[in-house]
This record gives sequence, C-alpha cells and structure tokens, in this order.
Amino acid sequence: MSARTVDKIATGIIMAVAGFIVLILLGLLGYILIRGVGHISWHFLTSAPESIRAGGGIGPQLFNSVFLLVLTLIITVPLGIGAGIYMSEYAKPNRMTSFIRLVVEVLSSFPSIIVGLFGLLILVNKFGFGFSLFSGALALTIFNLPLMVRITEQGLRGVPLQQKEASFALGISKWKTIRSVLLPIATPVILSGTILAAGRIFGEAAALLFTAGMSSPRLDFTDWNPFDARSPLNPFRPAETLAVHIWKINSEGLAPDATQIAAGASAVLIIMVLVFNLGARALGRYMHNKFTAAK
Amino acid sequence: MERSVNMERSYNKRQEAKPHIAEEWVGKIYTLICIAFLVITIFSMVYFVASKGLSTFIVNGVNAFDLLTGLKWNPDIDVPSFGALPFIFGSFSTSILAAIIAAPLGFCAAVFIVELAPKFGRTFLQPVIELLAGIPSVVYGFVGLSVIVPLFRDLFPGQGIGIAAGALVLSVMILPTITTIATDALSELPAGLKEGSYALGATRWQTIYRVVLPTTMPQQMTGIVLGIARAFGEALAVQMVIGNAPHIPHSLFESTSTLTSAITLSMGNTAMGSVQNNVLWSLALILMLMTFVFVFVIRFLEGRKKL
Amino acid sequence: MQHALSAKKLNVYYGEKHAVHDVSLDFAEKQVTALIGPSGCGKSTFLRSLNRMNDLIPSCRVTGDIMMKEHNINDRETDVVALRKKIGMVFQRPNPFHKSIYENIAFGPRYHGMKKKADLDNLVEQSLRKAALWDETKDRLHKSAFALSGGQQQRLCIARSVALRPDIILMDEPSSALDPISTSRIEELITELKEEFCIVIVTHNMHQAARISDKTAFFLSGRVVEYDETDKLFLDPSQKETSDYISGRFG
Repeated sequence: MSARTVDKIATGIIMAVAGFIVLILLGLLGYILIRGVGHISWHFLTSAPESIRAGGGIGPQLFNSVFLLVLTLIITVPLGIGAGIYMSEYAKPNRMTSFIRLVVEVLSSFPSIIVGLFGLLILVNKFGFGFSLFSGALALTIFNLPLMVRITEQGLRGVPLQQKEASFALGISKWKTIRSVLLPIATPVILSGTILAAGRIFGEAAALLFTAGMSSPRLDFTDWNPFDARSPLNPFRPAETLAVHIWKINSEGLAPDATQIAAGASAVLIIMVLVFNLGARALGRYMHNKFTAAK
Repeated sequence: MERSVNMERSYNKRQEAKPHIAEEWVGKIYTLICIAFLVITIFSMVYFVASKGLSTFIVNGVNAFDLLTGLKWNPDIDVPSFGALPFIFGSFSTSILAAIIAAPLGFCAAVFIVELAPKFGRTFLQPVIELLAGIPSVVYGFVGLSVIVPLFRDLFPGQGIGIAAGALVLSVMILPTITTIATDALSELPAGLKEGSYALGATRWQTIYRVVLPTTMPQQMTGIVLGIARAFGEALAVQMVIGNAPHIPHSLFESTSTLTSAITLSMGNTAMGSVQNNVLWSLALILMLMTFVFVFVIRFLEGRKKL
Repeated sequence: MQHALSAKKLNVYYGEKHAVHDVSLDFAEKQVTALIGPSGCGKSTFLRSLNRMNDLIPSCRVTGDIMMKEHNINDRETDVVALRKKIGMVFQRPNPFHKSIYENIAFGPRYHGMKKKADLDNLVEQSLRKAALWDETKDRLHKSAFALSGGQQQRLCIARSVALRPDIILMDEPSSALDPISTSRIEELITELKEEFCIVIVTHNMHQAARISDKTAFFLSGRVVEYDETDKLFLDPSQKETSDYISGRFG
C-alpha cells in the first residue's frame, strides 16, 4: 500500500473517531434527557421519595444538593483562595514550597472515596459531627481545595506584573494590593473556575456516602429554624443528595418505578451540571470581552 | 489651602499609627492558616487511613502477604479469610483496559483538534470532550447499568456485568483527561519539527506516526497514567456495573469486584473496629499507596518531557 | 543646597550579575535629574533601588546607603510602605489600575487615611489639573481608565503619584512608549512639576534629557561616568566616553 493511501485511511479513521466521540456525548445526553425529562414534573421535583410504592419524588434530595453546595462553597472559597494567594504571592521559591506543591498534587489525585472514608473516621466519628450536611460539606471542601488553590494561583499569575508595581509604588501594602488590585483582575478566572468546581461538587457522590449519609429525615419545609431537627436548614442533620440518591435507587431501589426515578434524577443532575458548565463558559467569555473591550 | 493642611494632617496621623504593618500580618497569617489547613489535612488523612489500614495486620493479626495474594474473600464465617487479590486484580484490569480503549481515541481526538480541523476542533470537539468530564460518575454508572449491561447481556454469554462493562464506562470517563493532555502536547510542538518531515516528502500520517508521536510520548504517557489513576480510584460508576462478586472472573463478562466497589458496599455494613471493618481500611490503604505511585510516575514522566 | 535624596556607594546584584557598581549620586530638591546611558547600563536598575522596587525581584541584592534626610532607605528596618508614599514612581509603560479614572487617583490617598469624600473629590481634581488632564476627563471620571489614550494614561499615572504628595518622583522612561505629541506634553508636565518635587528621570532620549533636566548623570556598564549640570555635560563633557555617547558614536 502506498504511503498516500495509508495517509488517507489514517485521516479517515481519525475523522471517524472524532465523530464517534461527539456521538458518545450526544448519545449520553440524549439518552438521559429523553428517558428522564418525561419523568420530570413539578410533583417529581418537590415531593418526597417513596420507598416501596411508585410515584416518589426527589424534593428533599434536590434541596439537600443545593444546600450542601452552598455550605461547601462558603467553606471552600475563602480557604481555597487564601491558600492560592499564599502559593502565588507569599511562598518563596524553595524546597518547602515545592514540597507543599507535591502534597497538594497528591491530595488532588486522591480518589474521592478515600476523602469520604477520612470524613467518616474524623468528621463523623472522632469530631462527632455525625452523618450530616456539615460533615459532607467539609469532606467536599477537602476534595475541592486543591482545585480551588490551582484556580486561584492561575488567576493571580495572569495579572500583569505592572499592576502590582503600580500599587506598590503608591505605598500600598502587599495585602491591600492583593485584595484591591490583584484579586479583582483575577476574578473572571477564579469565578469561572469556581462554577466548574460547583458542578463537580453537585455531582459528587462517593465522598458523601459516609459523610452526609444515605438517608434524609422527614423534613418539615415550613420550619426554617436551623436548630430544629426537622428543619431543612439544620446543618447537623443527615442529608442524602441527588447524586447519592441515584446511586442508592440503582443498587437497592425497591419502588416499581425506580428506573424512571433514576432517569429523571439523572436528567435533573445533568441539566444542573450543563447549566454550571455553560454558565462558567459564558461568564468567562463575557468578562473577557468586557475586559478587553475596555482596553 | 486650609483643606490641604487638613490633608497633611490626616496623612501624618495615619503614618504615626502604621496600621499597614498589622495589616500585612493579617494577610500573611490568614493565607498561612489556609495553606496549613490544607497540608495538615493531607497529612492527617495519610496518617489515619494508614493507621486504620495497618491495624488489620497489627491488631487483628491478619498476614499482609495473605491479604495481598489470597484468592478467597469470606469475611463473615467463623474462620474468616481475607484474600484481596480479586479486588486488586479487578481494579488493575478495569483501569488498564479502560486506558487501552481510551488512549487511541484520545490521541486521535487530539490529532483531529490540533492537526486536521483546528477551528472546528477547538470550538466544538474540545468543549464536547470537556463536557464529558463534567458528567457525574453516578450518571455514568446509571447509563452503564441501563445501556451497556443489557447490550453486553444480549451480545455475549453471561449477565453483561463485569470487567468489560466497567472498563467501557471508565474509558469514557477518562477520555477527557487523556485528550486534554494529548492536545496540549501536540500544540506545544514547534512548527519546524513537522515542517522538516513534510519537506522530506512524508505524508501527514507518516509525520504524525514517526515524528509527532515519538516526540510527545512522555506526555502521552502522562495523560494515560493520569487516566489510569482516575479510573483506579473511581468508585460508584464501576460498582454499579461490575457485579460485585468477590472472585477473579474467568471472562470479561463475569461478575467481579474492585477495591473501591468492595469498600463502597461493605463499609456501611460492618462495625467500626471489627476485623471485617479494618480490612476494608487496608483496601483503602492500598488505594492510597497506589495514588502515591501514580503521582510519582507522573512526576517522573513530566521530568522526561523532551521539549 | 539641600539634597532630597543621596545614594552612597550603591551596588546592585542580580544573582551573580553585578548590575550597578559603587554609584554615589545626590539629587537636589525641586530639580530634574536625568539618568542617561545605553540600554543595559544599569540606570533603570539604579532608579528602582531608590524606592526599593527591586525588593520584588527575589534574586536581587542591593548594598550601600540611600539617604533621605537622616533615614537610610536601604536599611532592612525601613518601612517600605511608608517610604514609597514619599517616593512616587512612574513606569515605562502606562499602568493604570483596572478601575475608573477617579479610583485610580483616590485609591492611594484613601488607603493612606483620607476617608472624606469631599477631600478626595478635591484631591482628584487638583491632581488631574496638575497633570493637565482635568479638562479631558472631568466628564468621565467614573469611566474605566483603559478608555484613555496611551499618553493620557501616562499622565493619569503621574497624577496618581502626585496625589500622594511625595517628596520625590522617580520616572522610568515615562515617554518611551508614547507618540511625539504625548511625549512633549509629558515633558511640559515634568517641567511644571519640578516647582514642587524632586524628579529623577531615566531616559534613553538624550534630547529629552537636555530639554528638561537640570542635572544629568551618564551611566555606562553599571558605573556613573560623569555627573554634572546638564548644560555642562552636553556641551563640554569632561570624559571621553560621555562625549562619544552624546555625539552618537555608540549606544
């Protein structure tokens, strides 16, 4: 076979593979949406699940997922940005710093189930937070910190050195410079990174099985006092999230419509993740345009 | 004029107090606490998982060698046996098989994005692949369970569950990692390298095969190892499609288990501190040690980057 | 004559590289001093040492004394934040903050303790007037500073320094990135500002040095070859290297 024929065949194969990958994604999304969207209704999104009978919803799970995401971000963002600032602005280029870098890299490659187990051992048992939203939020924080640190570092490194010099030359302290000059410029990168991380948090299940728990108490959605056991806002109650719920009904669901519920719940999850992804993209593009247009 | 005197005064007052020195400390201490929290967490994680995992051998007297090589997993009988080799085998076989499926696909996608159709590739294919990375693993598990498993059940002997189904699901999950790194590697290549090959009359494929692939090999390997690492640690998607029988299967379509699936399934059903529970922590310890191995292999490969 | 700033036996090292050798220079109040020389001669490095800007570069080491009145700027104990308030700096490329025109000027003074809006409004106007920028910007004070032209941005940066009422303003080739018209406006501005401030300006444009400065120092390979009244240095240099350089034989 001549080299030219081989080249043509190879090109054809590569094209086919690219098409195939697009088909996989379309197939995945299409399958879940087509199977699941039909099952989504107001009733499905707001009512409690049924264990044996058909017709259960995912209301509490959806609420738990959103609430857990908010809690996690409240803890993760200040910690992650702080650590990212340290790595990019304060850490001196020495062995200690490269060691910290290695350690953070290791954490970012830990399987999420390990983080969940650590949460079970330390947060749930040793610190006595029990299976609770709070334990879950802390476990997700550990899981997401390396990503947050990387995003912050990336954002800060993108700020031109001239901005820092301009601020220092006015006798502005380093900390004020970071807060008022560098961080605002790094915000678009940090924000779109955070939204992507939020999508990851929303879909995470393995780290939550043994921290936020696999059950939800009967919630009273009229009781908004966070200290009541039945209040949805109580951070120290167990909370099964949407992702955990999908896993659970697939492995031990008894309701006759378990598959439909799993499909519906998956569709909701996918739609949320898509919203986060496209949102991060759109926001990044918008801020980038605004930024460059002003120049 | 009076106003500027006021200004002088307000400047001077500030200067005497020197509040910025305290402020600098606030920044330094705050960021230091954040990074310290991160580092301490990681160390305690390693410490606690390791001490729990080792207590199987120290407290319960299980032989470590038996655990690593034993074929029988039967924790609940009077004389329990803890052979974790089926799980170790399951984890390695699914993740390596997943990489074998995903690596060529990822490489082709990268070639498509960088060499064949950069415009379409960058604006369409790349975002599509990144979206794949955003899909939650339980959704992959669900699709695997409701599409791939029934399909395999019809096509092949057996129940459809097993290593093949697990590896297939994992391969889609790790495809974004492999593709992203391969794409970066290809686009970093200096233009002269390819032009030199074209100038000698080589076709595009010959150039890719003889020049591009060998030069970017270390990075391609980095992507593949990262993919294997991710597949190795993935828990729920695999657990949902692999069947969870604790033995080494005779075919790719027979129920088996991985380290993660065994932990996921049994952790909730065993009492903290019992040998049945501790042995699960030993599995977690193996997972953690493998993470270290992967990180060091990746560091080694990155050090060998040819560009 | 009162010196606003004097450097004594200043040496600057970048890692192994010895960039500035034993430079001793005095800068008089209310005068413009120009530092000239071929690129890489150490003039910018020297300038950046005067307000400790070189602290930003980890490998950089500065020895010797820089005296401002009785304080040694190059002392480890010196409070660089307070110091930089007294010694302003304008950079080669205009670098306004990603903020409004108003905020670009008010940011520094507000940080240094001026909280009242009336005071700030007043100061912003004064500073913009001093930088001859008020008429062009008074209607869009709250628009982004990046909407200004390069020359306007650079004058904004000068106004930003002036707003802090420093004793000394350092300028590192402030017009090298600008067109001729903007350049001449900056030069006019410098001539006006020297009524109030001590100005040290690095320039590789000899004509600029001759036009605006009172004294000139000629740098070559990290050393000061000659330092004198500008007229004297350009018309009757005492060193051969100086006359070679100003007559365009190298550099």
